[in-house]
Amino acid sequence: MADRDKIAQQFMEALPHSKALGMRLVDMKDGCATIDMPYDEKLVGDPETGVIHGGAVSALMDTCCGAAAMCHPKNLGGTATIDLRIDYMRAATPGQRITARAECYHVTRSVAFVRATASDEDADNPVAAATGAFTVEGGR
Amino acid sequence: MRAPRRAPEPVQVVKQRRDSTLRALVDGVPYIQFLGIEFERRGDELTGILPFDQKLIGNPLLPAIHGGVTAAFLEVTAIITLSWTYLWADVESGAIDASGLASGGMPRLPKTIDISTDYLRSGLPRDAYARARIVRAGRRYASVHVEAWQDNRDRLFAQATGHYLMPDRRE
Repeated sequence: MADRDKIAQQFMEALPHSKALGMRLVDMKDGCATIDMPYDEKLVGDPETGVIHGGAVSALMDTCCGAAAMCHPKNLGGTATIDLRIDYMRAATPGQRITARAECYHVTRSVAFVRATASDEDADNPVAAATGAFTVEGGR
Repeated sequence: MRAPRRAPEPVQVVKQRRDSTLRALVDGVPYIQFLGIEFERRGDELTGILPFDQKLIGNPLLPAIHGGVTAAFLEVTAIITLSWTYLWADVESGAIDASGLASGGMPRLPKTIDISTDYLRSGLPRDAYARARIVRAGRRYASVHVEAWQDNRDRLFAQATGHYLMPDRRE
């Protein structure tokens, strides 16, 4: 792993909120990132079913998309979210870990475009999808 | 001759009914408690409040509130406001018993289809506020716009539009 990626990983683990949600950086390279988050009762949105709140999935998606934007070879520094849209396709199965995979598919001097999906243990059947735009630093 | 008008309900009864409905919507959700989101009520108007906490930080260098927290705060404010509006008429008329809502009497509530969040400024390490406006609520779908600010109401730090699937009334 290149030094830049190592620094990014340490930075990720230093994000207090991502840490509070138990997020783990699985992979981060060349504009692609994978981050997972364990099931936790404190993240439940519907106490009757035990399904994780959409907001927690949003936090995972935002972190993962940001990581993908940051590790793209054309992005020289940090990044901030400009906008992020999340589609909720189905409820995540209670008790299962959620894994987000993001790909930074285009970078201009100022903007990084990212898309992502999130799945539980049924990887072929995503729970959510996201698309977003992120800032690029050091471009102008 | 007109029928004698019914005496208005005592103010405490009205407030008790509305506040217990709001508590039932908010207090039972672990994730809302985890983020520390509270709601203030003026009549039927709700304001979401996100008191600042260290665990909400995303970028420790700035420091700034995590973008995911901002999205979650807007999402929670939107869905609580929509659910509250959805329940309002039935709670006011007595068709739904407000005191029984917390103990398993909660009807099915709207579900998020999608939400799109715009980040307008970085979230500063202080309290944040949000209000949602229901742009359209149909029988099956609803569209909700939500705005969040910190120090000045006119300087939004984020806004979002979400679409919601309304519960099937026949169930």
